[in-house]
Amino acid sequence: MKGSTKNILLIIVLIIMITLPLLILKDAEFGGADGQAEEVITEINPDYEPWFSPLIEPASGEIESLLFSLQAAIGAGVIGYFYGFVKGKRTANQ
Amino acid sequence: MKKRIILCLALLSVMLLSPNYIFGMHIMEGFLPLGWAIFWTIVSLPFVILGIKTISKTFNENPNQKLLFALVTAFVFILSAMKMPSVTGSTSHPTGTGLGAILFGPLPMAVSGLIVLLFQALLLAHGGISTLGANVFSMAVVGPFAAYFTYRMLKRTNKKLAVFLAAALGDLVTYIVTSVQLALAHPDAVSGVMGSLTKFLSIFAVTQIPLAIAEGILSVIVFDLIVNYQKEGGYQLERIN
Repeated sequence: MKGSTKNILLIIVLIIMITLPLLILKDAEFGGADGQAEEVITEINPDYEPWFSPLIEPASGEIESLLFSLQAAIGAGVIGYFYGFVKGKRTANQ
Repeated sequence: MKKRIILCLALLSVMLLSPNYIFGMHIMEGFLPLGWAIFWTIVSLPFVILGIKTISKTFNENPNQKLLFALVTAFVFILSAMKMPSVTGSTSHPTGTGLGAILFGPLPMAVSGLIVLLFQALLLAHGGISTLGANVFSMAVVGPFAAYFTYRMLKRTNKKLAVFLAAALGDLVTYIVTSVQLALAHPDAVSGVMGSLTKFLSIFAVTQIPLAIAEGILSVIVFDLIVNYQKEGGYQLERIN
């Protein structure tokens, strides 16, 4: 099997794996694992008060998703640069 | 090759456009008592300093390694921004630090991880400044070390399998460490540290299993790209491997 075919297969496996929980667990909230951890802490240690709070909190879920996609976009930009750079070099050398 | 890029882009857009999950998984701001916060900061600090030294040494020896290091740090940026749904009905994100640890050794990843954790703590209220030391220790120190040693042990058998297992294990170990850190700081009144460890593990580690597999797969794909374009990139793999 060619390398690229293998990678395509891997990506398909990945997509299935990530979408499956969404399809199977229809009633799940898909909240974050750290939110649940917070609940457990309150349960174990009801008197615990967080002694420090975040300096700035995203104003809304939308702003938070903006910042998360910014984070991913920065990463994707660099990976795109890398790929374009080596690919262009290979074409130029041929 | 073109197909591969299109698929990668499709995959990225699926993940970016899917509904947004508000929570993440680093230890939340203020949720470690002051003593533990200081303890983990002191423990993590030497790794970050040694990491900076290792990076500058690597760059001096071969400036082309900068390109490769930018790539693996970008990988950490992307992966830790992706909150994926898991079989437990909650979400978590991979760490992405395993791939870099395989290529550069574990120490430089302490720096990459720190950058990402700072970004998330300062801008996203995800993780936190008081818990930064603890989060660096789990995601940017223990995870990369686990990945690095797994890879070294297995690379002679099958390189891709070694990359997969190293990245997946590094990811999983990160969240096991997170659970231990939380359990130590918040022991159960009745069942003690072990009791609360079980509780935290059932949240973090179980959720993380499918994501660890996802991280393993993504790391193999990017590793393949890196090996494929080694000549053009001018970076060294043999020395690190």
